[in-house]
Parts: sequence; structure tokens; C-alpha cells
Amino acid sequence: MLFNIVGINLKKNKLSRHEAIRDIGLPKTVSIPLKKHIGHPAVAVVNEGDKVKIGMLLAKANNTISANVHASVAGRVSKIDEDYIHINTSKDEAEDYIDFSDELITEIPQDKEEILALIRDAGIVGMGGAGFPTDIKLSVPTGKEIKCLILNGIECEPYFTGDERLMLEKAEEIVIGARIINRLLGIQNAIIAVDEKKKKAFEILTSITKRYIGVNVKLLTNKYPQGAEKMLVEAVSGEEVPSGKLPMDMGYVVQNVGTVYAIYQAVMKKKPLYERVVTVSGDAVAKPKNYMVRIGTPVSFIAEKAKVDIKEVEELLIGGPMMGTDIDDLSTPVSKLDGGVLFLKKAKPETEESVCIRCNKCAQHCPIALQPFAIANSYKAGDKPNLYKLRALDCINCGICSYVCPAKIPLLDYIKQAKNEIR
Amino acid sequence: MLKKSTTPHMLSNQTTQSVMFDVVLALFPTLIVSVLFFGLKAVLVLVTSVTACLTFEYICNRFWLMKERNSTRDFSAVITALLLACSLPSNLPLIFVVFGAFVAIVIAKMSFGGLGKNIFNPALSGRVFLFLSFPVYMTSWPKPSFNNFFQQDVSTGATTLELIKYSDASTSATRLDNNDYLNEIPDYFDMITGYIAGSLGEVSAIALLLGLAYLLYRNVITWHIPFFYILTVFLTVYVVSLFSEEPLKYSAVTHVLSGGLLLGAIFMATDYVTSPMSEKGKIIFAIGCGLLTVLIRLTTVYSEGVSFAILIMNAFVPFIDRISVPRIYGTGGKK
Repeated sequence: MLFNIVGINLKKNKLSRHEAIRDIGLPKTVSIPLKKHIGHPAVAVVNEGDKVKIGMLLAKANNTISANVHASVAGRVSKIDEDYIHINTSKDEAEDYIDFSDELITEIPQDKEEILALIRDAGIVGMGGAGFPTDIKLSVPTGKEIKCLILNGIECEPYFTGDERLMLEKAEEIVIGARIINRLLGIQNAIIAVDEKKKKAFEILTSITKRYIGVNVKLLTNKYPQGAEKMLVEAVSGEEVPSGKLPMDMGYVVQNVGTVYAIYQAVMKKKPLYERVVTVSGDAVAKPKNYMVRIGTPVSFIAEKAKVDIKEVEELLIGGPMMGTDIDDLSTPVSKLDGGVLFLKKAKPETEESVCIRCNKCAQHCPIALQPFAIANSYKAGDKPNLYKLRALDCINCGICSYVCPAKIPLLDYIKQAKNEIR
Repeated sequence: MLKKSTTPHMLSNQTTQSVMFDVVLALFPTLIVSVLFFGLKAVLVLVTSVTACLTFEYICNRFWLMKERNSTRDFSAVITALLLACSLPSNLPLIFVVFGAFVAIVIAKMSFGGLGKNIFNPALSGRVFLFLSFPVYMTSWPKPSFNNFFQQDVSTGATTLELIKYSDASTSATRLDNNDYLNEIPDYFDMITGYIAGSLGEVSAIALLLGLAYLLYRNVITWHIPFFYILTVFLTVYVVSLFSEEPLKYSAVTHVLSGGLLLGAIFMATDYVTSPMSEKGKIIFAIGCGLLTVLIRLTTVYSEGVSFAILIMNAFVPFIDRISVPRIYGTGGKK
């Protein structure tokens, strides 16, 4: 800590921390995204006018890096366009093969190929926001040896509480999910990383992991962006991920706890990924809560259920305030990647960029120890060689530099533009 | 009405203006002590300095740099003004204060392009200009006089460091016994409260340390520069004292508590614009300041070396920045 104070302590605003996950209900229509995940868009296997049931395959993974897409409601396909399959909802009716019982299943299938196929069929992608197809992330290329599975239970964005609620309410399912991945990877070493603000989740998980082999819990300091993959690997293992490499290259596989819960559901209950926990919060929401939301549910439906007066809202975010996207279209649907919808009364203040006063806060707090001010200056000067030297491409887009800058220089904007220029 | 913005969608409350204002607040204990001890004359020096600095800043910004944005609003010129005043004796003729303000703002700051661009600390540049141009006025120190706002019949005296310097046989031309000077050195209690001769803002250690605590609490500065600067001075003088038979002359505590060291280490050397950016660089810079300060105090004709030390180190900042770039995550090597 003598030389670096990486990360920052954000005001976390975890307003919905004590709200149990509840079903938000059925919207009249859903628009299910076909290309929100990383990789190739899924290809529709249904036609307009077809009747569908919950869990039915709507679009198939196209190419290796892609993900299946399933119906999240029962009803009739009204329209298929480039981005979405739109369904008009009728009465709730599910495919027969899905096990909806609450019974806990602990017997893990023996066959690795079978497990991987179940994960692939269920259309699971990284639910922490990355959206990378999970079956690909869990298929270790020959020659690479995996040492450890890290479960990401940090959830360091302000407001978000969905992962914390899952760890409180579905702790055992998550632990079994970790064991499923352990088997798939051929290891006996999973670590669930939880930050110090989630003491209760830590206690519950610790008591459960005592009964299972190969899963442990680790408490980490609370700071942003502790949940970023590179930060997490370092905090858990003490090793840094070399520039330009992946955690897998060093023997680590990182999975978000929400994704691990989805893996449990897919492998043990044959349930495809068609719903997820979404934190609905922000100062324009009277009672911030955690909802189980069907994929494709439009934000307008969420606003209605959370009793948000949309006229009061100045900024509507899908995702967190640090890295999320703001939208101005209420028909935007929730995807597999979205852990929260935030309704804020005040948008980010419009600020004027003033001159750099060399305070060093951007560099001091940068988790990668980059020099954001220098990258911005080199970008403005068109000095491409220097952008490589400053390792602009190593930036993880956490946004701390822009956040802390007293001169209100949009450093991340410059860095993103710089990255586009040299990528 | 839904608005759109780029990530991150929230910003910290800290602005250039708020950072600068925090520095002004951190100077408040020091300013209060200076007015209590040096009365009306201190007030006049402070007011003249602030008025002159703001006027020069406004004129340069508007008519020379042709900037639309009014740069006086960011409080940086106020800080320069207060720090300049803090490093002047209270009985300095006010016209000299205006000269100092001119050098500080027009020459040291605005001619380099204004805030963020200057190489040398503006307040120190102004002070050193006055010190070299008007040495007699700049070394005539009124003694503090509590409860005497109009400062009637105040005598002047030497600063602690001057007493030490006079006692030095090689530089002293007086017939007095060296020890007479050393015996006049105030006790630690007076040095800590500030009841000693000196410039406006350098006398009270406790007021300056209160300011330091506030700056650290508000995350305006990091601890590196003040800590390593003061530590270097303390250790260097202590090592020298081991080889000397004059304990009063080479008291490490006296050297830390007297002169402009605390004012310089807390408020001048930590100036963002003229100090290195990385923590490593800050430490190199602070140690350099400390060594130069002791070198000047102990070996030159000047009794005090803080201003020169910091200005000299200011010139090395681009170099220090280049050799102290932090190691980037995932690039190997030691942390």
C-alpha cells in the first residue's frame, strides 16, 4: 500500500440488500435478444406465428462462440428481426422436461461431455456482464492446466444486490454448481470470493462448504473494482494476470455466482437460462427490490411493477453506474447480462473539462496502474507509439479515472478512443 | 426527460475548485495564528496579497491568455496569495507585497500558460524574488505580540535559524559569544505554538499540522511529501549532530520546528502542479528537498533553505516523473 492505493471506496447505495428475490410477473410481450452475448448471433429456429412454451429453443447457437436462446414465456412469436424475437405472452406454460421442484439435487453427473452439453444447450453466458458463452470458457484447451476455480461474488457496482441475495438464498445450489464446474475442470479447488460487506453471505457459504469437498470461501476487502477479473485473480491468488493474457493462461477460471447458479439449474434441473435476478433500484424507485425477471422483459414493465414515475427519472441505466449503459427507450428488454436496472432522478452533471492540475488521482487509483492523464495527452497529440508504450489496451474500462478527476476530464472517453485507434 | 452520458455515470464531488478551497481551509489555523500574533499588519499583508494576486490573475487570463473561463474562480490564485503572504514578515511594506504577487502570478504562473502549466511554485518564486531584491526588509522579523492587534511598540528579532547561523563563527562578524545567540533560541513549546519571530505563516507548528491533518483527511494530498521531507531534514541534522559538540546548534527537533520547513513541506512542496505525480517520484522529490534544505541551512550564508530547496527540486520534476513511472499491472517485475 506504500506505493499504490488502487481502486476506490464508492458510496455503495445497496438499498435492496435485505429484499428477498421475488418474481416480477409476466409482461404482455417480451423481446428476447439474439446477439447480446459475445460471439455470433443465434439463428432463429422458430417462425413468426409459432406457438412457444417456456424453455423452448428459439434460436440456435451459430458457430462455436455463440449461445442458444430460449423462450422465457409461453405465447406466440409475433415478430423476428435482426436483434430480437418478439413474443406475445399467453398463459404460463412450460416445457415438460424442466424440473421446477425445489428439491436439492447433489448427485453430479459423471460424464464431463454430458455436463458441458447441458451448459451449452441451456444457453448460459457470463451473467456478470461479460456475456461470454460459458461452455467455451469452461472448455479448457489441451495443454492448459487449471489450478483453481474462482467464484465471483463481489458485485462491486453500487446499488447491485442480486448476487448477494442469490448467495444468501441459494447458497447450497451455488456450492453444488461450483462442484459441477470442479468436476468439469478435473479439479477439487473452488474459491468463492465474497467482499467484507457481505458478512452474512460469507457465514452461510462457509457453513455449507464445510459439508462439501473442494469448495472454500474467501473474504476480500471492499473496494471498486474488486470484482474485475484481473483484480479478483490477484486478490485471491496473489498472482497478476500478465498483460495480454487471460486468467485461464495462469490456471484460473473465474465465474460469476449468478452464472454458477444458472449452471446448477441447467445441469440438475434441465432448466435453460431464460430468467435472471435483476436489482431494480435508484432514488426514483420507492422500494428498491431484487426481482426474478424473464429475459426479454421490457424496462417499461419493470418501471410499472416498481411503481416508478418515469417523468421523475433523468437517467435510466441498464447495468451499474460505473460501467452500465444508459438508455432512452423504455421498450429496451433485459438480457442475460443485465444484473440491474437503475432509475435515477439526477443524471450525471454536465461538466466542462478543465485543465489537468497534475493531482495524480487517476493514476493513483487506477487498478492496472496505468497513467490515464498521459494516455489522454498522447491521444490528443496523436502519438500512437506512446499509446502502446503506456499500454492503453490494458485498460479494463472501470471508469475510476473519470470518476476521481477533479478537473472533470473525461479520461475514460479519451482512453476508449485511443484504444480504438491502436487496436 | 431521459438523458444520455458516457461511462462512468457518476462523478466524485471533488472538483478543481473544491480541492483548492480545501487547501484554503487547511491554511485557516495558520492564518488565525498569524493574525493573533502579528495583528493588523498581518491582515494588511494578507489582504494586499490576495487582492493583488487575484487582480493579476484576472488581467493575465482575460487579456493575455485570452481565455473565456474566469480562472480566478478556481481559488488557485487565492492559494498562491495566501502562501506568499504566509512566507513574508508582517512588517513588509505593502508595495513589496504587490511586487511579490506580480512575480508569483504574472511571471511564475501565467507566463507559462496558467494553472497546471507552471514549472516553479508561484508563491515561492514571489518570495525568493523579494528575498533577493530586498534582503533587509525580508529579514526583519517582528516578534509576535499577543493581544496587541495594532502592534504598537513591537520589537524585531532574529528567527531561530538566524540565531543558529549567527552563532556560526565562520559567518558571524559580531563580537558576541556564539553561545549568547544559541541561548536565545526559544523553547520547544514556543516553537510548537508559534510564539517566535518569523514570517506570517511559518511560526506555529501546531496550526500547520492541523492543516496537514485536514489535507490528508480530505484526500487532497498524500502523506509522502510532508513525511519524507521532514524525516529527511530530521535524520540529516541528527546525523550531523552526532559529529558535533554543539547540541543546541544541531538539534534535529529545532530544525524541524523552525523556519519554513513545515509550511514548505505541507503546503508548498505538495503543490500538485510543481511536484512529481507518482508516489515513488514524490518520495524522491521530498528527500531531495530535505537534503537541499539542510545543505543550505548548514553550509551557506543563508539561514533558511526551504524556498530555494523546493524551487531547485521543482526544476527536476519532469526528470523525476520520467524515472518514476509506476509499474503497470501484469507487466512483471517487482511491485
